[in-house]
Formats: sequence, C-alpha cells, structure tokens
Amino acid sequence: MSTVVLLLITGVGLGAIYFLVASGLSLIYGLMGVLNFAHGVFLTFGAFLGWEVAARMGATTWAGFAASLLVGALAGAVFAALTERFLVQRLYERHIEQVLITVGLALAVVALFDGIWGTDARFISGPPWMSRTTTIAGANVPNDRFVAIVLAVVVLVAIVLFLQRTRYGMIIRAGVENRSMVTALGIDVRTAFTLIFTIGGAAAGLGGVLASHAFGYVSPMLGQTLLIFAFIVTVIGGLGSLTGAAIASVLVAVLQQFANYYWGYGDFAVVVLLAVVVLTRPSGLMGKKVTA
Amino acid sequence: MTSSPPSRDAATVGAGPTARPTAPVLLVRDLQAHVAGQQVVEHVDLQVAPTGVTALLGRNGVGKTSTIKAVMGLIGRSGTIELDGEDISTLPTFRIAGRGVGYVPEDREVFSGLTVTENLRLAERRGSEHRYDLVYELFPELEQRGAQAAGTLSGGQQQMVSLARALLNDNRVLLIDEPTKGLAPRLVTEVAEALARAAEVAPVLLVEQNLQVVRDLARHVVVLTDGRSVHHGDASDFLDDPVATQRLLGVHGGTDPAGAA
Amino acid sequence: MTDADIGTDRRRQAVRVLLPLGLVVLLACLPLLDISVPGILPGATYTPGTLHLLALAWVMAAVALSYHLLFGVAGLLSFGHALYFGLGAYGLGIVMRELQLGLVPAAVLTLVVAVVMSTVLGAVSLRVTGIPFAMVTLAFAQAAYVWVRRDPERVTGGEEGLRLPTEFVPGFLVGVADTRNLYWLALAVLVLAYLLTAWVQNSRAGHVAEAVRENELRVRVLGMQPVLVKLAIFVSASVIAAMVGMVHLLLNSGAVPHVMSAEFTISLLLMVVLGGVGSRWGAVAGAILYVLLNQRLTVLAGGAWVESLPAVLRIPLSEPLFILGTLFVLVVLFLPGGLAGTVARVTARSRDRRGDDGPDRRPHPPAAEEPEADDVPQRLEVT
Repeated sequence: MSTVVLLLITGVGLGAIYFLVASGLSLIYGLMGVLNFAHGVFLTFGAFLGWEVAARMGATTWAGFAASLLVGALAGAVFAALTERFLVQRLYERHIEQVLITVGLALAVVALFDGIWGTDARFISGPPWMSRTTTIAGANVPNDRFVAIVLAVVVLVAIVLFLQRTRYGMIIRAGVENRSMVTALGIDVRTAFTLIFTIGGAAAGLGGVLASHAFGYVSPMLGQTLLIFAFIVTVIGGLGSLTGAAIASVLVAVLQQFANYYWGYGDFAVVVLLAVVVLTRPSGLMGKKVTA
Repeated sequence: MTSSPPSRDAATVGAGPTARPTAPVLLVRDLQAHVAGQQVVEHVDLQVAPTGVTALLGRNGVGKTSTIKAVMGLIGRSGTIELDGEDISTLPTFRIAGRGVGYVPEDREVFSGLTVTENLRLAERRGSEHRYDLVYELFPELEQRGAQAAGTLSGGQQQMVSLARALLNDNRVLLIDEPTKGLAPRLVTEVAEALARAAEVAPVLLVEQNLQVVRDLARHVVVLTDGRSVHHGDASDFLDDPVATQRLLGVHGGTDPAGAA
Repeated sequence: MTDADIGTDRRRQAVRVLLPLGLVVLLACLPLLDISVPGILPGATYTPGTLHLLALAWVMAAVALSYHLLFGVAGLLSFGHALYFGLGAYGLGIVMRELQLGLVPAAVLTLVVAVVMSTVLGAVSLRVTGIPFAMVTLAFAQAAYVWVRRDPERVTGGEEGLRLPTEFVPGFLVGVADTRNLYWLALAVLVLAYLLTAWVQNSRAGHVAEAVRENELRVRVLGMQPVLVKLAIFVSASVIAAMVGMVHLLLNSGAVPHVMSAEFTISLLLMVVLGGVGSRWGAVAGAILYVLLNQRLTVLAGGAWVESLPAVLRIPLSEPLFILGTLFVLVVLFLPGGLAGTVARVTARSRDRRGDDGPDRRPHPPAAEEPEADDVPQRLEVT
C-alpha cells in the first residue's frame, strides 16, 4: 500500500514537471503550428540561472530557493520571447522552417551550455526541508514533490485565468481554433505569438528549477531529456489542449513510475501508451481545442 | 478586358472609373489569386458601389469565395485592390480588416469554444464604435444566448454571430460570403432582412446562390466564370435575362425564385 | 528542334552520366594516391586517418540520402530515422554474435528485421501527419535509444557500446591496416544508396509521394492511397539506413548508443537542409560538409590559439556543435534551398547574363525573393 501511495505521489510530482514543459509546448503548437525544439533549452537556461542565483544567495535558504524560482521563470520567459521575436517570427507561417530554426537553436545553445557550465551534472541542494520526507499513508514522500505539485497547480490556474479572463487569452483561445479568422477580425496575432512563447518559456524555466531539485542535479541535457517526454505528453493530451496536457502529464508520469518499479521499463510503457493513443485517437485525448 | 454577354443592356454599367459621387468604395482590377500553387482566380475586375449591395455571382467553383479571400489577404494574390483609393493589395489581413473591411466567411467560422459574447468582444476593433444596440436589435437571440458556447448554436444562429461580428464595427465595406447557405427558408428570410439593414450601414459585396435574395437586395452584379469576371451590370437587368442567367449561372433567374440554392 | 540542339542534349546527357562516374572512379583511386589538402584533410589521402574520415563522410552521405527520401521526397519530417541506422549497426553485430552467423547471412537477416520493423512502426506513425508524426517517430526511436543504453538483455553493451565481433567478419574488413578496404566499402554503399534513392524517387511510388506532398487531396481523388505510398517510402528509407548502419558498424569496429539518438537524426536533418531539401546531390554535399566541418572544428577547438582567447570567444569556438547549429540557423534564415539551391541560383543568374534561354529546366526563383508564392520547392510543407 505504502509503495502504491509513494509511486502515485512521486508520479504526480513528476507529472507536475512534465506539465510545466508541456503546457507551453502544447499552446505554442496549437496557436502557431510550431513544434518548439528549443523549449528544452528554455528549461535548462532557467535551471542553470536559478542554480547560479541560489548558490550566490545561499542554496539552503528559502530566500535563495524563492529567488531561483523567480529567476528561472524570468530567464525562460526572456529567452523564449527573444527566440520568438528574432527567429521564429522571421519565418511567419512557414512551419517547417520554424521547426528547423528551433532545432538549430537547441543544438547550438546546448553546446554553448556545455561550454559554459561543462557537460557534467552539477549536483544541487535546496532548503533542508525539501530533501526531507513526509509520511503519508505509510509512504515517505520527498517534500520537493509537493512543492512541484503545488507550483504546477498554481501555474495551471494562472494560465486558465489568463486564457479565460483577459483579451489576449481570448485571442489565444480563438487563434488555436482558427488563426486566419482572428486576423480577419483585424487582430495582429503576432503579439499573441510572442506572448504565448513568453508564457511557455516562463513555465518551462520554472519547471527547470523544480526538475533540478526533483532529480538533484542540473546539466545541459536536462531540458532535452524532459522535452522528449513533454512531446509525448502533448501528443497524448491532444496538441493545443491545456487540459489535455495536464491530464496526460499526470497519466504519463504515474504510468512511468509504476512501470519502472514493477517492470523496470517505464520509458517503454510510455511509448506503448503513445502508440495506443495514436492508433485509437490520433488527435489525442482532448483534440485541438483549448478548453480550460 | 470585359467580354460582355450578348444581352441588350448588360454593358451599360462598365468596369471603368465612374464620376466622383459614385466612386466605388472597393475597386479590384486584374486580380489573380492562388492557393497551394494552384491559380484559383485568373482575372477579376470588380467594383463595389458606395451604397447598397453588389452581388458576386457564378456557378460553383468559379472563384467567388477565392476572390473574397484574396481581397481579405487570406490567400496569395496580385493585382490592384483599392479601398477608397488606397492600395490594400500588399497589406496583411489584420491591417485590411483594420482599414474597415468586415468579413463574413462562407462557413461562418465562429469560434466554437468561445461564448457568443466573447465572439463579439473579440470582433471589437480599436478606433471604431461598437454597435451592440444594432446587433442585438437585429439578432435579439444573441443577447439571450450570450453565455452559450458558439459551437453549440444552430447553423442559423452561428450565421447571426458571424454577421454580428462584421456589423459591430464601423466598416467601410462588408464582404459577405453565402450567408444563406444551408439555412431553412424561414431563416433565409431573417438573414436577408439583416442583410438589407447591413447594407444601410455599409456597402456590401455579397456572394449569394439564392437568386431571390439577390433580386431583393442587390443593385449591381458581377458574374464570374472560370476565375474571370465576364459580366458587370444592373442586377435586375441581368436576372431578367434568361439567356444570360442560363449561360452564366445555369439557371433561369427570372422563373426560379429559389435559384441555385 | 535543330540538329545542334540534339547535339547539345546528347552532350548534356553524356556529361550527366560521365561526370559522376568519373568522380566515383577518382574517389575510388584516392587510397592509392598521395594528395594532401591542408586545412581540410588531416593527412595525405592514403593515410588511415584520412581514409577513415572520408569513409565516414561517405557513410553519412549515404544515410543522409535515405533521409532525403523521407523528408525531401515524401515530406515526412521524421525525428526517429536514427532508429533504423542504429538497428543496422547494432542488429548486425548482435545477430552475428548471438546467432553465430557469418557477415552475409547476418546482414540479410538484419535487413529482414529492418523491413518488418519499419513496416509496423511506419504504419503506426503514419496514422498521424505533420508535426505529430515527427513526435511519434521521435518517441519510438527514443525508446530504442533508452533500450540500447540501459541494455537490460545484456546484448548491446550499454553506454560503452557494442564491439564488432571480428571473428565473424572476413579478415580484409578488420583492422587499421585494412582501412582502404573499408573505405572502398563505404564508397560502394554510398553509390548503392544513391542509385537506390534515385530508383525509388523515379519509381511510381516516388512520383506519387511527391504529388502527395504537393496536394494530398488531388492524389486521393485520383484513387491512390497516399498512406500506402508514404509507407513504401518510409520502409525504403529505413532499409537503406539500416544497410548503411551495418557499414558504419564495420567502419568503426563497433556501435555506440549515439547512432540511435535523436541527436543523430537531427544531424541528418542538418545535412539535408544544409545541402538543400529535395536535392540528392545536396544531401550528399551537405553530409560531407557536415562531417568534414565537424572534424575540423573539433581540431580547431583543441588548438592552442583558441585557449588563449577571452571566454566570450573561447567558449563558443570550442564547441563544434554551437558553430554547426548557428550555421544551420543562418542557412534556414538566409539561404533557403541550402547549397543546392544557392548553386542553382548562381548558375541560373550567370546563364541569364549570357542570354542563354535554352529550353532546359530552370531552377525556381529563390523563396526569399518571392515571399507570397507557395509553390517554390524551398518552401517546405510536410504532409
């Protein structure tokens, strides 16, 4: 029983990190038709800058941790906004070239991170409470998972409120459905493109800091590894669907945890799930619609 | 350029520039358009009179919708497109709409995940007054159903949302593509009434298969065949000419009020 | 058509056959010659180091051709092509060692596995199109990558990689002294891959695939099954990749997990885009450029003069992939059509200057000068 609870909660915690990466990916794809290979780089950049800040302010203090979250989100947001504005937007409406640009950027920037921070993983530490465990139903759950879950829920609620309550949110929801009709109403969707990259980048940067705590290290490949699972999550959840991304994140991560524990092949279970979804529901669990 | 049909008086209203008071609000000359490398509009000349309805007619697949989309900048195009004398042929779509071109697409294209109210709010353009009074007077249902997701509306109601989005703003011209397509006869009448009101607010370029609606509303017609404009003229003269309507539309405009719908 | 025109046509035809043939003969003679190209090749052409580098370039060019078939011809953006290359490399080694088979029977068996696997996985992946297809192919390849790295069955050698079981390989293909033979093998596989690619491209399936890329609906109206055609191209490309992967195993005396990674597929994408999407010669040239550049940049990164630079310059310059990635971004932004497109543009321009308005096929104008047109080949659309 305690094992099941542990796997379940750590799975949801991992799902929270997947969601932070996948939410941006899914919205970017839904609105712009771009598969953003550079999304992992936003995450890694956030994780490294967050780590640098925490190290300077005292990695084991709460202030240092809070600052690393803030800086991580900010770093991801700024990097993403610049990427959209100066690279992706130059190739407006040319989706494949946009994908290629993000592939090239990811390659170059990961190499640059290698050069700056070295290829070896940096082991990190946070406030002591984070690495302790809390006992729930007999299971000793690492506290950092709770932080990840809470923050992912906060991000989810924030994005939903943004999409539902603001004019730009409305433009993004409409644009995911039918971008050309939005422009035919006199709206310049390019602003919405930059905005969605910025939001996605911020979530990824935040996810980077949380992932580095959950895994205990940060390395230049951190984002690339998570990116592949985030891709799988977005396909399973339905490209462009925020709710789908949230459900699929948890589904994939929990499945992965259980399969890893009982069978040893968590990654395969995820790929099999992907194959099953693609065969039975090619448009994913929630299809192409932002229902929030 | 324009080869006129053999009817007696069809060529009386030519494609050339007219005197100031009746200067066209929208002037299209030698328009070509393509979709995915495929030429869909070969050569279209047309002008929309500063008041009333100008109908764009032709059989299915002759390029009526493509012509409208090309004017909106939604597909690749070349040629002259002037709005009140200003060249808009190279502007991006959102700027064309921003210059005061209202667009009601063929398949309504309401945002089905957004509520009716949100669909209208999205259409609010900066620098324009927003005529909710007019919209809700024409379509009271939209006010009642404001909180309903547009995707759950009936086809007729969706058409109202689509028309309302265009009527909400102060537009210089409205491009309305097959507003009665697939609607029940009762709704056709309702939409036609709304179109008549719309034409009082701004001049309309209307694509319409229902020739009775055209007869009731339109003053001028432009007829396309195979991506080319082949006839310009007075609406009732054209519709009363069984030879011309048979040849260009495949119907007897004078005898069949249901038209090709 | 005048006699002179026919003459020119014949001459062109002859040039088109003889030029590549002469080039292959010349390349085949390289191990017997003593040619030095300082700055590009690490040593004289007969030295094992240079031969190995060139052989690697031919192998990568061959696998890039198979990727060209997928991406350039059928418009299938796959991020999992490394799976089949890796399948060839690992599969051949594992089959030889585990089943105690000789090189040829093991290679045949591996190819059969490649056909079956690419048919099954291709059929699943092709349920979705465009970007989702890219993600699904990536996921399959990633699963295989994780498998060879973790090595749960103790057959792939894990992170260390698989060692070539030399006892099953004919002696003339083993060892540094025989790099020459491996060089010839690599060249042969490149020629074979080129001919196969050209054959598939000119086959009915190839033509239909290109038509599908342009307009899927039109093909469906003509009563053809776009999915089956795409699957045929997918399987062909995968099998060619597996074949080349086997040569890669022999050439490197082993296989490492990298050959199955997403990075490997991305490097293929880089080669094809650098060379010019849709061009066979472009794919070959792009791959050779990539391999040589990667090698030279690695040498450069280790150079003493780079060490002496300030960090702002030293860090980017010491990362070959940073330079390659940046180059790639610049090509996508400013050189649509890559090398092949640029060459076509330059020759078209010089021909225009000479006023030669012959009836030969003109390359399309560059996409950059015609932003609105959507039928320019450099404008990539994926089905």
